[in-house]
Amino acid sequence: MYQKSILLYLFIFFSFVIQAQDCELAISGKVIDIHDNSPLFGAVVQLVGLNKGVYTDEYGLYKIEGICEGEVQLKVSHPSCEPKTKSIYLKENRQIHFKLEHHLEELNEVLLKGKLYNNESNSSISNQIKTQELEKFSNASLGDALKSISGVSSLNTGNSIVKPIIQGLHSSRVLVINDNVRLHDQQWGVDHAPNVDINSAANITVIKGASALKYGGDAIGGTIVIEPQKAPIKDTVMGKTILNGSSNGRGGSISTSLIKAKSSGFNYRFQGSLKRLGDLRAPDYQLTNTGQRENNISLGIGLNKIDYGIDFSYRLTNSEIGILRASHIGNARDLVNSINRQEPFFIEDFSYTIDSPQQEVTHQIYKLETFKKLKNLGELSLQYSFQQNNRLEFDIRRGGRGDTPAMDMELKTHTLLTQLEWTSLEGFDSNFGLEFNAQNNFANPNTGVRRLIPDYNMYTAGIFATTAYKVSEGWDLDAGVRYDFNTIDADKFYITSRWENLGYDQLFPEFEIGEDGNQILTNPQFDYHNISATVGASYTFKNDFKLIGNLSSASRAPNPSELFSDGLHHSISSIELGDLQLNSEQSFKAGVGFQGVVEKFGFNIQPYINYIEDFIVLEPNGIETTIRGAFPVYEYRQTNARLYGIDVSANYSFDNLELSSNFAYVNGRDVEQNEALIHMPPFNVSNTITYSKKEWNNFYISLNSQLVTQQNAFPDNNFRTDIVNTTTGEFEEVEVDVSSTPEAYHLLNFSSGLDFDFDKTKLSINVMINNVLNTNYRDYLNRLRFYADEVGTNAMLQLKLNY
Amino acid sequence: MKTIKTIKLLSLGLLATLVFSACSDDDDAPQVINEEEVITTLNLKLTPEGGGETIDFIYRDLDADGSNPEIISPALSANTTYTGRVQFLNELENPAEDITIEVLEEAEEHQVFYIVEDSLDATPTYTGALDNDGNPIGVEFSLAIGEASQGNFTVILIHEGDKNVPGASEGDLSPEVGGETDIEVTFDVTVE
Repeated sequence: MYQKSILLYLFIFFSFVIQAQDCELAISGKVIDIHDNSPLFGAVVQLVGLNKGVYTDEYGLYKIEGICEGEVQLKVSHPSCEPKTKSIYLKENRQIHFKLEHHLEELNEVLLKGKLYNNESNSSISNQIKTQELEKFSNASLGDALKSISGVSSLNTGNSIVKPIIQGLHSSRVLVINDNVRLHDQQWGVDHAPNVDINSAANITVIKGASALKYGGDAIGGTIVIEPQKAPIKDTVMGKTILNGSSNGRGGSISTSLIKAKSSGFNYRFQGSLKRLGDLRAPDYQLTNTGQRENNISLGIGLNKIDYGIDFSYRLTNSEIGILRASHIGNARDLVNSINRQEPFFIEDFSYTIDSPQQEVTHQIYKLETFKKLKNLGELSLQYSFQQNNRLEFDIRRGGRGDTPAMDMELKTHTLLTQLEWTSLEGFDSNFGLEFNAQNNFANPNTGVRRLIPDYNMYTAGIFATTAYKVSEGWDLDAGVRYDFNTIDADKFYITSRWENLGYDQLFPEFEIGEDGNQILTNPQFDYHNISATVGASYTFKNDFKLIGNLSSASRAPNPSELFSDGLHHSISSIELGDLQLNSEQSFKAGVGFQGVVEKFGFNIQPYINYIEDFIVLEPNGIETTIRGAFPVYEYRQTNARLYGIDVSANYSFDNLELSSNFAYVNGRDVEQNEALIHMPPFNVSNTITYSKKEWNNFYISLNSQLVTQQNAFPDNNFRTDIVNTTTGEFEEVEVDVSSTPEAYHLLNFSSGLDFDFDKTKLSINVMINNVLNTNYRDYLNRLRFYADEVGTNAMLQLKLNY
Repeated sequence: MKTIKTIKLLSLGLLATLVFSACSDDDDAPQVINEEEVITTLNLKLTPEGGGETIDFIYRDLDADGSNPEIISPALSANTTYTGRVQFLNELENPAEDITIEVLEEAEEHQVFYIVEDSLDATPTYTGALDNDGNPIGVEFSLAIGEASQGNFTVILIHEGDKNVPGASEGDLSPEVGGETDIEVTFDVTVE
């Protein structure tokens, strides 16, 4: 954008002949963005027909001097805005302010800047992925796309369940905000992927830390802000269709979106996508039962009048995901056999069928939002959202029960969010907000399997205030504070002997309600108070280098899984027990961002340190021998943790070549026990070389090399158990190695594409080949790494049509 | 303006519907779930060939979580061959559900293995009907006891293993059999 502005600037300077006249009048004023009242830098203010023009400074100010008395016509334009003209009769010095409306293509970024998340003027350490980059992942998942950001990795269950990890932390420690609605989709589970259709996103911002307090105070790891395509305020119809085909999985996806907008501000929006994939293939074998089906739709209708508006939207994501058959095992002896086998036990021919084990998840979001700009105050907004998450998990079951889900949970969340953006105080941009949440979890009793998560009601109330202050040229400060109250009221059946073994009959006798056979009904009730805060500063140097420093503290109440989990997980053959005595975690994170451009070289360096008190970890603690054999028992423990690391990205371009490089390092330790934290992403480097030529229909060809090293810092969670030797019949003590990490791997990925412009439509063709060399590898951050290799070569063809 | 009113009305109506439908969950106590697939009990009935009293080996864990299992492992007589039959029960149901019937119905997917520790002088042999693929199911067997000895006797029920692996039909549980373990119970057996 700056480049464009500079060009324009030069253009104006050189093409206008400044005429000498005996006129002394002046016009000055300010040009601001109509959406958020932010100053517009680089807008051109011209006197039509007089060959006079100036350029607004970074505060949006302009001044044209030496104008003669008389009728003048002012024209204001900006590279990304609709131009505006105004005629006046000038007889004295005048101040004239302009409010400009951004063009469609820039609209998302503007809204992001002003109304949603302002990552320009505050001290958040953040990165963003734009539409063009996101479209490459049209056939993949949110987590896959986010991995292209340095410092973001993913925790996978197989290849289709991808959970983002931000600077070493994931699940409940990462907030996902979809179109200003915080997702409540049973995000506590490591095998629960966020319910977001990547095709519905126009851009995604990853905030590394808890500085986005308006979305929640519990972002110990960070916040992912997903924004859909916004409708412009003009008469237009915009559409886009993307078709994908992929060789691995022998399927593909289709996604289409349509926005119809009117200059009156009225708009309606449709977006939908379908995905069908069969079993994936590792280089040496078929990954049986890894097919996937997705059906997503989103609809919206709204009226946007600049100073007020109302909008309703509905989103549905529905996915069926097969889970590698070989990952469903019995007891610890099966686990040892699986680890030693090095190859999945169940390998069948390719199929589109999805059998047990599988997940079927449906998530729906209804949102109604309205805003009103108040004179001399700012903008008041009110948003109500309702989310319903239905999760069905089908297990390998006996006696024809395979069609009955082993888990059937329904989570409903109502959220009321009211916010006042107060901008009338010079230099300050402040936000005050209140959030109320009512959540109900219902576990269907017809599964015939005891509830993993009990029925509960949870209510939360949050209040926050944030402000950003422009101190002087280059200097910005911001601060915020938030308080959340959280109360949970659960009804849970414990096996009586379990309740007693855990000592709860002594600790929590007040929760006991009554017994039913060998189970005891209890009513655990807990309240949590959480305080979070952020403070930061940023300084922009004369050469546009920017240095950001941010301190944030987040506080997270234990999630229902950490409190109540109680059951057998077949994928890691372990018994997992929650802990009613857990407290909230509190993190203290310091982050620095340093970014800049020197001619053709750009860089972004983000070091950080995160200290977390009462960090909740899950680890094996003993063995239980049941009628099914022996199982390790995983229990939660609270400790103090410390993470530090650095995310770096850099790019260099010369002629038609561009080199870009990302790397990330994180080190996480349990400082009480002085051991590494589990699932810390290993050091990884990604280098890309791209050759592009605009003249050849935007042709590009790109080769990416991705190196993931072996993680040498991992906790020793190995456990010893007596396993019967099936030949001698003797019990032998075996150390079950669930800790060792896979070797380093290197992948090559290729992509290339062309654009064709037709009258009003544009067709883009892209070819992508992932894992070109069909490399065999396993990834530490895949929970199914014990059972099978990762996927092999995948060639994809993508056709994109914009109209 | 008319459009705005319509939108407002529609939205309000929708909101009301949502609020009411979503809050209609009753707050009554949840229904207890008794695990349907749980196997609480393994009975091993051994009857001396040529007559005599049946000996019952029992592993019973009514909590199914290993906390307080009840294990009954009576002594066997030397130089005796027993006719054996294994029975899996869910005794949380009343009357107790016989899971063995399910195992026999899904015979191709199941096989019971008997693992005898070297120190125990006992030899199990599959008897009884074969499944439709001609492989043993293992619910019925004979156990030939030799001299007085002592050792572990482990009963393992494998689901969806490869029953065609060499040795499997003779009762050798090699890692190649794979599948998943539904039951694994060990008795400390004494032969007198």
